[in-house]
Amino acid sequence: MAAAGSRMDLRRALADALVGGFVAAALAFPMLGFRLEDSSTGLSLGLRMGWVAAAAAVVFAGRLALTLLAGTRRPRSGPLERLGERFAGTRHWAGWAMIGLAAVLPFLPFADRNLVDKATMVLIYVMLGWGLNIVVGLAGLLDLGFVAFYAVGAYSYAILSETFGLSFWVCLPLAGLFAAGFGLALGFPVLRLRGDYLAIVTLGFGEIIRVILQNWVDVTNGPNGISGIDRPTLFGLSFSAMAPEGQPTFADFFGIDYSAEHRVTFLYFIILAMALLTNLFTLRIRRLPVGRAWEALREDEIACRSLGLNPTTVKLSAFATGAMFAGFAGSFFATRQGFISPESFTFIESAVILAIVVLGGMGSQIGVVLAALLLVGLPEWFRELQQYRMLAFGGAMVLIMLWRPSGLLASRSPTISLGAAK
Amino acid sequence: MTAPLLDVEHLTMRFGGLFAVNDLSFSAARGAITAVIGPNGAGKTTLFNCITGFYKPQVGRLTLRHPSRGEMLLERLPDHRITSRAGVARTFQNIRLFPRMSVLENLIVAQHTVLMRASGYSLAGLLGLARYRDAEAAAVDKARHWLDKVELTRHADDEAGSLPYGSQRRLEIARAMCTDPVLLCLDEPAAGLNPRESAELNTLLTGIRDEHGIGLLLIEHDMSVVMGISDHVVVLDYGRKIAEGTPAQVRADPAVIRAYLGEEEDEPLPPEVAQDLKGSGHA
Amino acid sequence: MEYFLQQLINGLTLGAIYGLIAIGYTMVYGIIGMINFAHGEIYMLGAFISLIAYLAATTIGGGGVAVGLMVALLATMLFTALWGWAVERVAYRPLRGAPRLAPLISAIGMSIVLQNFAQLSQGARVKPLPPVFRGGFTLLEGETFSVHLSYLQIVIVALTVTLMAVFTFVIARTALGRAQRATEQDMKMAALLGVDVDKTISTTFVMGAALAAVAGFMVTLYYGVIDFYIGFLAGIKAFTAAVLGGIGSLPGAMLGGLLIGLIEAFWSGYFSIEYKDVAAFSILVLVLLFRPTGLLGRPEVEKI
Repeated sequence: MAAAGSRMDLRRALADALVGGFVAAALAFPMLGFRLEDSSTGLSLGLRMGWVAAAAAVVFAGRLALTLLAGTRRPRSGPLERLGERFAGTRHWAGWAMIGLAAVLPFLPFADRNLVDKATMVLIYVMLGWGLNIVVGLAGLLDLGFVAFYAVGAYSYAILSETFGLSFWVCLPLAGLFAAGFGLALGFPVLRLRGDYLAIVTLGFGEIIRVILQNWVDVTNGPNGISGIDRPTLFGLSFSAMAPEGQPTFADFFGIDYSAEHRVTFLYFIILAMALLTNLFTLRIRRLPVGRAWEALREDEIACRSLGLNPTTVKLSAFATGAMFAGFAGSFFATRQGFISPESFTFIESAVILAIVVLGGMGSQIGVVLAALLLVGLPEWFRELQQYRMLAFGGAMVLIMLWRPSGLLASRSPTISLGAAK
Repeated sequence: MTAPLLDVEHLTMRFGGLFAVNDLSFSAARGAITAVIGPNGAGKTTLFNCITGFYKPQVGRLTLRHPSRGEMLLERLPDHRITSRAGVARTFQNIRLFPRMSVLENLIVAQHTVLMRASGYSLAGLLGLARYRDAEAAAVDKARHWLDKVELTRHADDEAGSLPYGSQRRLEIARAMCTDPVLLCLDEPAAGLNPRESAELNTLLTGIRDEHGIGLLLIEHDMSVVMGISDHVVVLDYGRKIAEGTPAQVRADPAVIRAYLGEEEDEPLPPEVAQDLKGSGHA
Repeated sequence: MEYFLQQLINGLTLGAIYGLIAIGYTMVYGIIGMINFAHGEIYMLGAFISLIAYLAATTIGGGGVAVGLMVALLATMLFTALWGWAVERVAYRPLRGAPRLAPLISAIGMSIVLQNFAQLSQGARVKPLPPVFRGGFTLLEGETFSVHLSYLQIVIVALTVTLMAVFTFVIARTALGRAQRATEQDMKMAALLGVDVDKTISTTFVMGAALAAVAGFMVTLYYGVIDFYIGFLAGIKAFTAAVLGGIGSLPGAMLGGLLIGLIEAFWSGYFSIEYKDVAAFSILVLVLLFRPTGLLGRPEVEKI
């Protein structure tokens, strides 16, 4: 009986995989089967039907394997699922472990400059993810143009420091305020729009900001961007090899040899601190009336109105708060790179940040870290495979979503409980 | 007699060419339960949406006399101000809780206006000042009071969406009460409840009326609820008021019977309706 | 005056193309309420496939340009529609009933995949096609400027109008259209009444992709250059057009497309070409503020 059943299954799986293979062949036929070749006489076509066969074979094999595997175990309770659930139970502990690891990372024996650099990059995205989490995860406002505020923060710092010679530490809060201001200015007219309309308008806004950065040459230097942006100092100690007249460098002051790694490590700790502050802020504000109002708004706007909450104010506060953190992250990005141009602030950045939030499990702080590691950290490692990187990235977004539609860590813990309230 | 809590005067609400509510006037008193009944589509929910600001009526005046804040014209306030300023709270026909937040959180969100002020618009709260902590403790106490009232204390930390239907209804009433209303509007609170739950609801509502002295405005289909606890009944049909009075007066009104049972008066009442009408007199 | 007329003609042509893409967005949004973010890339694939098909048809067939174009158009519609179907099957269907943002993220991922797939398989360089469709009318001879209406522009607008008519008929009159409208109103109820919801949704994607293929085909002929990146901006613009016209409404998508095309043409003609995208989005925001459901969208009464 079981044997007969499995033979039936096998036959069905084979048929299914065959169909998949045929479809793949048909899909691949125009795009992979022919190659557009430039030549002096114009465009001509090259043939490479082998690729079509390969695509069909890969899909056939993959589909077959998938059906057979799916037959042997229930998809919802795979080992990874259980791991995820167990992990969710020990989240508190895991959070502290992560912070601890992050704090000692630069001093670990295997940590070279490269690793710290990459960790810095991941942390920028963690911070951006936490910022956007306020808007999307808590308040439920779909923002597809988050990168705009990141750009505002970066350019605010670059321009302020270039024009007025202000230091990073003075500009950082200003950049956050500017970004928040932009958030308010944009949010005020558009936050009345419902879900997806808001998405398209924020997307448009993100593009507008980029177009302006590209074309307002007098202020932003257009597509060439701004270079030579000031680096941050530690209480006035610079991290360059030679300090400008009369100022001590970090190496001089502590009497150690100059090393470029000092600055990398210093930047790493700045972003770590900034990210942790963002996290702390979110954890705190979730327990305050504003934070609860954000979540309530996500759950049911009409009920909110019936309880005396002004939806516009609630939305604006979430939007502006998220924007502020993007602004902070932006000015850090500017100071780390030393160079910014509109190139760095394309839609794909917004998409990545949103993906981090959604993949992480909306509203989950640790989920954001995991997703950032997965989406930003891993690809950084495969830089050698440059051209396939984005393909894999997009594919991963689809696959993770199919695997866990509500994100990696989707459970939510209440912000107050009767037991704890005493 | 003092001036009524709410005066509805010449209220008219049109959707396209359809008059959902047409030149309606009535009053609701403090410390009393006013029921609005009528067949489906009579305009009851539209009336509620006008009173609570979700719709803006084309014609008419809605005067609310707040015991401490004075007289307010509801049609001129945005919906959230009607709750936070005028003290009108409501529940919904299709329950609208915050399903993924805990029961307690639902009740705390309802106290947003008070807590927001206490948290210094978040600043004091972020800094963890004592003023906010005290306010939050008070809010929890109030929530606990209402949880006890609606017998949900045990479930305080559960997700609101996971509660059974009847409990969700009670939670929604408790949540509305946490806004400290002077007028509580209930849109079919007994819908979907079994007879036992329905009886408990009666106790809860009369309790609210007697202990808090606020006005209750009630839309209901369930005759046993309406006839049993209402002090005053307004009957709507096609957006117009066709009768008004005490439950006994309304029950005897031929226009009401016609509206509910159709024009052919010689047709005998369906047994369950007859029983309902009769039985509810003693409830 | 001449200049104005020329911009009007160019704007209408561009608008027709946007409108065709917008229909795909509006139909999908109407039926399952999701922004099919990958639709712009489907259009980009359409452009590539049409280029390949045209070259293949003229090389192999040796027939004239007209035959080559017809074959190319049909092949493009067929293969692009298959892509549209496959994307829905792989990336969206498993997520029906999932949290609202899941399909959106999946769609964004799909869009990244398709874009990079095109780049990897056909190279990142711009693909030029020498004009195959020459000639036209000179409508007005001005002193410094004469108004030109090319045959291709006539073909584009005529083809768009024809397709619009066919689609409006399909939606309004056929069993398929009824199934689509039923699914749009209430997916569960439609399924209970015997509508094959999966098939209906698939068909919607196929129809949208076929129209995007036509748009890609026309763009290839009209501009003569394509690259793997054209899908993004055109996709955003077309979605903007769909929202502007009132999402879910077919005539709205067309109207929105035309408006966006005209705004772009006039803005770049009279003000600055750099800020034409800013103009389109600003108009969108303005319209949404005063008519939150778009120009032809049905105003929604909030159900409480």
